[in-house]
Amino acid sequence: MKYVDEFRNPQLARRLIDQIRSTVSQPWVLMDVCGGQTHSLLRNGIEAALNDCIELVHGPGCPVCVTSTEAIDFAQALARRPGFMLASFGDMLRVPGSRASLLDVRAWHGQQNDDSTCDQVGHVQIVYSPLDAVELARQNPTTQIVFFGVGFETTVPSTALAILHAEKLGLTNFSVLASHVRVLPAMEALMLNPETRVQGFLAAGHVCTITGFEAYRCFAERFQVPVVVAGFEPLDLLQAILVAVEQLEHGLTTVSNCYARSVRMTGNTRALETVERVYEVADKSWRGFGVISGGGYQIRETYRSFDAEKRFGSYRDLPITAPDMCMGADVLSGRIKPPQCSFFGKQCTTDHPLGAPMVSSEGACAAYMRYQTRDSAASVS
Amino acid sequence: MLLAHGEGGRLMRQLLRERIVPILGISAEEDAVSVEIGANELAITTDSFVVSPLFFPGGNIGSLAVYGTVNDLSVAGADPICITLSLIIEEGLPFELFDRVLKSIAEASQECQVSVVAGDTKVVPRGAADKLFITTTGVGRYRAAARLSCHKLQTGDALIVSGPIGQHGIAVLAAREKLNLHPAPHSDSANLSLVCSALHRELGTHLRAMRDATRGGVSAVLHEWSSASGMTMKLDEHQLPVGSTTRGVCELLGLDPLYVANEGTFVAAVEPSALPQAMAVLRSFPVSAKSQVIGTVLTKMSSPVVIERLLGSLQPVDEPSGAPLPRIC
Amino acid sequence: MCLGIPGRVQSWLDRDPLFARANIEFDGVACQCHMACVPEAKVGDYVIVHAGVAICLIDEMEARRIFAELERLDLLDERLESDGLA
Repeated sequence: MKYVDEFRNPQLARRLIDQIRSTVSQPWVLMDVCGGQTHSLLRNGIEAALNDCIELVHGPGCPVCVTSTEAIDFAQALARRPGFMLASFGDMLRVPGSRASLLDVRAWHGQQNDDSTCDQVGHVQIVYSPLDAVELARQNPTTQIVFFGVGFETTVPSTALAILHAEKLGLTNFSVLASHVRVLPAMEALMLNPETRVQGFLAAGHVCTITGFEAYRCFAERFQVPVVVAGFEPLDLLQAILVAVEQLEHGLTTVSNCYARSVRMTGNTRALETVERVYEVADKSWRGFGVISGGGYQIRETYRSFDAEKRFGSYRDLPITAPDMCMGADVLSGRIKPPQCSFFGKQCTTDHPLGAPMVSSEGACAAYMRYQTRDSAASVS
Repeated sequence: MLLAHGEGGRLMRQLLRERIVPILGISAEEDAVSVEIGANELAITTDSFVVSPLFFPGGNIGSLAVYGTVNDLSVAGADPICITLSLIIEEGLPFELFDRVLKSIAEASQECQVSVVAGDTKVVPRGAADKLFITTTGVGRYRAAARLSCHKLQTGDALIVSGPIGQHGIAVLAAREKLNLHPAPHSDSANLSLVCSALHRELGTHLRAMRDATRGGVSAVLHEWSSASGMTMKLDEHQLPVGSTTRGVCELLGLDPLYVANEGTFVAAVEPSALPQAMAVLRSFPVSAKSQVIGTVLTKMSSPVVIERLLGSLQPVDEPSGAPLPRIC
Repeated sequence: MCLGIPGRVQSWLDRDPLFARANIEFDGVACQCHMACVPEAKVGDYVIVHAGVAICLIDEMEARRIFAELERLDLLDERLESDGLA
């Protein structure tokens, strides 16, 4: 596969690892912002190959993990309404809400539940694209199709496009439960925390294809940290790490782009215009983090007829749920690594997750459960 | 009960271990078991087929039922003799579809040289079943060669897969979700009895075990083998045969072919000295022409199944915990 | 949330600015993707696809740059070695 296979070349990867090792004079703490990067670092053994010379901590870039419990509960309530169907990315199905996951809601007949709103089996349909959900609405004119719009800036253009399609097609049975989040405000919140140990960032490559990286210049200057835009393949990540540690070694705090084949400085202006038409920046509640100022998007008033919250009642009306036992916020802010959590691998496993970072395919805890080399000591010839 | 309890992974094994095995007092380790009737010993297997849609590129529920049953006997070391067929039909199923499925069953059983010796038909109200469910029982005769068992695995044994992995699961997913892929991915659904029989006869005791990698894919087979044998199964990522269509779809939907179902692909464990002979036999059959050595049996480590990836580090391969869902992160 | 996969534009299906679609090929398989965000893509170009939507064009020249840099590192190493400095 072009642009994939050549960036997984093991000889060149080793070459870059050697180069990083010979550059580093102290154990710098770098944060990879996106969960996809976390998985690639662990899956390909990069974290293990470098963990004695630099520290990689894993950031908040997992929208599934940070989608608020209330939003998930509200999505479940909508899925259970007669005449409704919730369309969702497969990623969200196993994530626990306050009591259940969407997968449970699809299976349960409700006898286990105490309140009467739960006596319906939920209609949940997995879609690969928000545009597929528009197609569902077109094919099922008597069903209200609600798309669970989660995701970072990368995904927002696709749900904005879905709303514009639905508008043009004159659909009245399509809406979006918009739970989109923005990366940069979360990075700022993280750096404003006095406990933070992060000294440099690997910025999320696919987010930057949309947003560009101009905004990171102020960030790098304000917090005196290097920011390196990074892709997801092993060579992309290793090159970005190398550039970040070179900057740190030389006392530089600039923005570099190590994913230039996909990322331009100004991003994708057409995608940004599409987003701008449909959405506006808003404060957003992040799971485990609380409300982050400017941390997400909401649908503009002009498109309120496609806003599931405005049409079908806000989840802010739902009862307040008990706080998570999950220490996900500590993990996603880089304060601890997953194995340092007292529940990790014990009460909390991929089959019985206490929190979203363990269940999401992109979550840092799930990555450690899946890829951590418990046998690394027993090297095999 | 969740869907995942039937999807060949951790939850299904838990269901077997905690409920089915203790209540019924049975063993649940092989695809077929031996039953003594007088002086004769027969291999028996049973299976249900619930695929949606009924027809998909490369097969349909009818051929799948015959091949699946025959394959379960074949990998367990038996040559199939006959099968029984039980049909549960949802009212409203068009006769035309029904006929096509039955014709496909007739063709497949002829190809596998098994006869359908008994059957049953039930029609249930609309919604009580999804169009058509098929349950089979297969009866086979054990081959004269040494018995196969995953308990016979030894350190150093080579692990072989008989062809590109993940094709069936991807074909059915693409057909069910109407993914509009070109070319449409094809299922690997096929009769494995000839190649299994030849491999078994040629290798004798050098062939330890075979298992068709259905639900849960290759990963599920290796986890079952590890828990039965107490050994660790080690894979080499670069050796895994994945077709370019499967690869493309898996990258696109974020799926791992190791966990995707196959219906005409099996895993074999072979004594290392017999490896060249095994590969020669496998490559002489079209159904296994693309077979590949994918790993080795190791003494027990803390992870039951490990994989060697890019930089040579070993990583655990998780047991599947439900059918993989398409994802975007 | 960022599973983005590079694919090659095989053929255009719809040029409407809002409903733009093209067949995109990923290894051995092609599927229809939405092109509203990269209408400038030509047949043969590579794009990154996320959730069924092409989100950017891939720049071939930039993609080659990392390999050129690695080559330069290797040449430098060889020279140091031949000078007996490594």
